[in-house]
Amino acid sequence: MFRISMLVLLLTLIGLSGCSSWGVQPWERDVLAQKKMQLNPYPVDVYLDEHIYTSREASAGGRAVGGGGCGCN
Amino acid sequence: MQLKKPKSIRSALAVATCSMLSGVSHHATAESTPWEFDTALLYYAESDADNDRVTVVEPVIRARKEIADEEFLTFRFVFDSLTGASANGATPQNTPQTFTTPSGESTYTTNANQTPLDPSFHDARGAINAEWELPLSRLTKGIFSANFSQEYDYTSMGLAATLSRDFNNRNTTLTGGLSYNADTVRPVGGAPEGLSPMPTTTAVKKTTIGSDLDKNVADLLVGVTQVINRNTLMQLNFSYGMDDGYLSDPYKIFSVVDNTGSLVGTDPYLFEKRPDSRARQAIYWQTVHQFTKDVINFSYRYYWDDWGIASHTLDLKYRAELGRGHYLEPQLRYYTQSKADFYYFDTPDGSTLSYASADYRLGDLDTSTIGLKYGITQDDNSEFAIRAAMYTQSSGGDAPFPDVTANIIQFNYSFNF
Repeated sequence: MFRISMLVLLLTLIGLSGCSSWGVQPWERDVLAQKKMQLNPYPVDVYLDEHIYTSREASAGGRAVGGGGCGCN
Repeated sequence: MQLKKPKSIRSALAVATCSMLSGVSHHATAESTPWEFDTALLYYAESDADNDRVTVVEPVIRARKEIADEEFLTFRFVFDSLTGASANGATPQNTPQTFTTPSGESTYTTNANQTPLDPSFHDARGAINAEWELPLSRLTKGIFSANFSQEYDYTSMGLAATLSRDFNNRNTTLTGGLSYNADTVRPVGGAPEGLSPMPTTTAVKKTTIGSDLDKNVADLLVGVTQVINRNTLMQLNFSYGMDDGYLSDPYKIFSVVDNTGSLVGTDPYLFEKRPDSRARQAIYWQTVHQFTKDVINFSYRYYWDDWGIASHTLDLKYRAELGRGHYLEPQLRYYTQSKADFYYFDTPDGSTLSYASADYRLGDLDTSTIGLKYGITQDDNSEFAIRAAMYTQSSGGDAPFPDVTANIIQFNYSFNF
């Protein structure tokens, strides 16, 4: 499973770097600069959601590192 | 991803003039930037068909300030209070069942045909997180953070570092992160020995393996963020985590039953036991796209670990702009997991097993969240929002545990000070 996931990641990285048509010029960043276009525009919402979900489900991780643990019985 | 806010020509000229006149860098002007506060209050109340369960009230304050050009300090303070009843892992029976509380000082009885819930469940938790984000070079950024949290039976301390570098005209960002948490579990009444019997009277004490147990959590993350076009951003991450130490839940038991489902023997309840290590992996993909004004934010995560659990998580938010700063955001989330190898909602094998848990959170589980957020943004960068959601947890397979539904209400207020 680990090998498959690394292969998928590697292929995606190669795919991303190979797509020269992707991306924008510096003067085309007006939309991307908006708060609502950030990957995590509301970090407090995500913190609270992840606190709920990691204490009620068996999965964690993927989005970022750090943040701390809880007993969550 | 360095997405600089456009600064006005007037302020840029002011910065340049100040720098020339005073001979100091523009750090001096950055010090006058305001603190950005994000505050929230979460109310979370769980119930099943028969009983109210856990209720959580959780205020959060997050404060962030640009202390120098592109250099930020962020603090987050959280307090949460939990009250109510939590499933202890035993299966419902057609007769009343009696259990001891974690302290062993008292007992509680569950009615026939009801899911056994430990009513003594309550906790309060305080947590603080500090984060320092700074440019390390023109294209490289570092984020360093520390966290500490305290409950009366759990302490968590951790450090994290994330480095990211822009490439390809800042259209591609590679990210690498590491975190390490050193946690301590101090179960009420001591940590029970795994697979040992739970006493059913206060006259008998449980067998314990200690009162302070360590749990270490290390995580590694690598990822790539790509600007697709003027309206679309995409991220792909891989994370690998290792837990080791005391990973069992000291308050959870499971039922030992015969082939008719009836409790057997004089010790029909055993404390659960989980392995003392766990390797977790996840692939996470997220994309944000803006239509004319509305924004769709979608993510998918595939997770798997060496306990045999695998899960899919789909999360969708659609922000519909209503005009004049008002927006409405429907939110949908679906999660499904397969059970851990050592999950049994009850078992005839009892103490012959190496590991066993009946915690429904390690079983086949499907959850869904349906929610709606309404927000108002103002010209002074303040924002108010309210969110209501319903979160449903359903045990899969033939597990005898009922669906649990949680109602969630959240208020947010952000402002500069």
